[in-house]
Amino acid sequence: MISKLVTGSGYWSPLLWLAFLILFTLIGYVIYSRGNPSYKKESEQVKPYLSGNAEPSKEKIQVRASDIYWGFIEALKEYYKVLQAIHTGDVRDYILWYLGVGTVILFLLVGGA
Amino acid sequence: MIEHLPALIIAIPLFGAFIAPLFKKKQSIAAVWAILITAITVILSLMLMYQVRLHGIIVYVFGADKPTIVLPSGYKVPIRIMFEIDGIGAFMAISATLMSFVGALYSYSHVKAESGLEKYYALLLLLEVGILGMVLTGDLFNLFVFLEIAGIAGSALVGFRNYRGEASEAGIKYLIVSAVASLMVLFAIGILYGEYGNLNLAYISRQVSLSTLDMIAFGLLFASFAMKCGSVPMHYWVPDAYTEVPAGINPVLLVSTYASLYALFRVSFTLFANVSISLERVGWIMSVLGVLTMFIGVTMALVQKDVKRLMSYHAISQTGYMLLGVGVGLTVLHNSDALAEFGRTAMAGGIFHIINHIIYKSLLLMTAGALFYVTGTRNLNEMGGLARKMPITTLCFIVGAAAISGLPPFNGFASKFLIYESSYRLNPLLAVFAMVTSILTLASFVKVFASAFLGPPLEKFENVREVPRPMIVAMVILALLCILFGLFPDVVLNKIVYPAVDALINVAQYQSWGGLA
Amino acid sequence: MNGSIWVNFPFIVVALLLAIGFYTIGFKRNLIKVVIGIEILEGAVNLFLVALGYVKGGYAPIYTLAPPEAANPQNMVLPTPQALTLTSIVIGVAVSALMLAFAVNIYKHYGTLDVTKIRRLRG
Repeated sequence: MISKLVTGSGYWSPLLWLAFLILFTLIGYVIYSRGNPSYKKESEQVKPYLSGNAEPSKEKIQVRASDIYWGFIEALKEYYKVLQAIHTGDVRDYILWYLGVGTVILFLLVGGA
Repeated sequence: MIEHLPALIIAIPLFGAFIAPLFKKKQSIAAVWAILITAITVILSLMLMYQVRLHGIIVYVFGADKPTIVLPSGYKVPIRIMFEIDGIGAFMAISATLMSFVGALYSYSHVKAESGLEKYYALLLLLEVGILGMVLTGDLFNLFVFLEIAGIAGSALVGFRNYRGEASEAGIKYLIVSAVASLMVLFAIGILYGEYGNLNLAYISRQVSLSTLDMIAFGLLFASFAMKCGSVPMHYWVPDAYTEVPAGINPVLLVSTYASLYALFRVSFTLFANVSISLERVGWIMSVLGVLTMFIGVTMALVQKDVKRLMSYHAISQTGYMLLGVGVGLTVLHNSDALAEFGRTAMAGGIFHIINHIIYKSLLLMTAGALFYVTGTRNLNEMGGLARKMPITTLCFIVGAAAISGLPPFNGFASKFLIYESSYRLNPLLAVFAMVTSILTLASFVKVFASAFLGPPLEKFENVREVPRPMIVAMVILALLCILFGLFPDVVLNKIVYPAVDALINVAQYQSWGGLA
Repeated sequence: MNGSIWVNFPFIVVALLLAIGFYTIGFKRNLIKVVIGIEILEGAVNLFLVALGYVKGGYAPIYTLAPPEAANPQNMVLPTPQALTLTSIVIGVAVSALMLAFAVNIYKHYGTLDVTKIRRLRG
């Protein structure tokens, strides 16, 4: 019996999915292996600059974590400004937020009783 | 012996915790001792689950044979401390013991260079005791005591690296938050005791009404446990604590957070079952908190530079899925058609997500710990090109990242799929937020992967080697569990998750343990 | 003497202590004062528990040297609230000891106890 994840709106079978994944990987590999093997490891091809320029140090050309998603963060600057303002790191604010949320929850629960 | 299982599962780690400080001279023996004790508790918890599936709810009374024995003066209410173990309690016990074992195994080499390890392992075992007590007890005051034990042991472990000021800062923040939360829990327990003259969960849950005092107690319990499980906007302590704690404790601390989540569910489903009938909005509060938690958690994670802090924000955001799944179930709890159609599935998704999340988030935090172990920094900007040096860690990280982003066929997908497919029936917007969160999760893990593991090999990491074997073993165990749970989700669901869900839904069963009215 | 006010008097004090405790935690800048705020909260909750357990005309449940009319268990109060309070006091001592230990360590590393400056972990 194939294992199935029944969700009420349908089902999902991980093993079947895996079988198809393997099948498509094989097909992909067949296509890949018929390609032209022009890449040669021990030749000039591996150098970053064929013109002979000096290669900059690895630390300089590395893509840093804070550079990734720069555009996304820039676009949502206003949103993040608010979020950063909330996350003060002040232990008293932790408790004040608790008091605030607790009051709202109490109000919602008691108010409707 | 088998009938004393509930007492043993608390007593053995407690015994272990008090023996551990004796190994002051040979600290590696303390580590082996902790691994041994936690391994025994794993077996005990599996036996416990087996017993619960076989016999239904187990009621264990301390100091008497039967729960129905009353005082000689004829005062006919349950006064003894009792453990009441049903499906979800056993489920949480399995998660707790498994993660303590993996954490102890990982700690063996991760914290080897530190001093005072005998106290470290004693606290680890105490934390496990606290969690197990919280999830197994059937007594409100007992719940408070174990909550405090877990809180104290947890914050002492957060501040374990006392040569770092930040560790103490995180420790006191966690301790203040958990002290305030548990005091308010005690206050609510006092209110309930004053009204009903009892502390037994099952006994009170029969009497609870819609009176204002009851609702105040409910609100206090709800807000306090919501803060302890790190739901937005009371989540600020989570990244601090998870970042500063040694990576070997992360799995256990994660479970202790979810023990509070369990208490939240227990309070809403069992203790206030009579009330929740007429209060659909409890479920809505939970679902909305869940969506907020998910979204704010993940957007904050996206901008973090500290690898463990990034993952801690993901821990917050994943808690949202659990709140959402179970909240959807709570909303339709007394609408039996809707419950059968999607409510039960949503709850199964939420509860399945607890164990899945514990597994893959521990895995990810451990890989972060491994990065810290070899590079000495947690700043992602200073890492790079580590994939070639640490192939197994990289593989484990890929498995964990795929699981947390909900990519098939890993376990995260299975539970998230259940939540998507059921929460849209309540309100499509809920499912949309859940999916967007998943995509953003994937995005931020691509960031971690690209900056820490990919890229050109840096000169300063020339001599980096793969982490020691116990750490590898702990990570590989969790990675394998991720894959297994993803490939055979139906087995896990039927064996442990659906019993837990039915235990939550079926309140009458929980209340009917003895002959007492 | 108005009975109803005096019956509720401990609970009014509890509410006052809760308010003072939360005010101290929320608005004082010194870390030690925040810790004191938590102690006040704890005092409030303990007082609440003890006040709940008070029964007019009841005897403390101690058999040693008990007066003869108290020997009948019907006249003794159920000791649960007292037991709860004792447990909670013990836990409170552990919590405050740990908090103060952290405060000492923070002072060593940060050179200050000002809560607004003890926030290297944020964002």
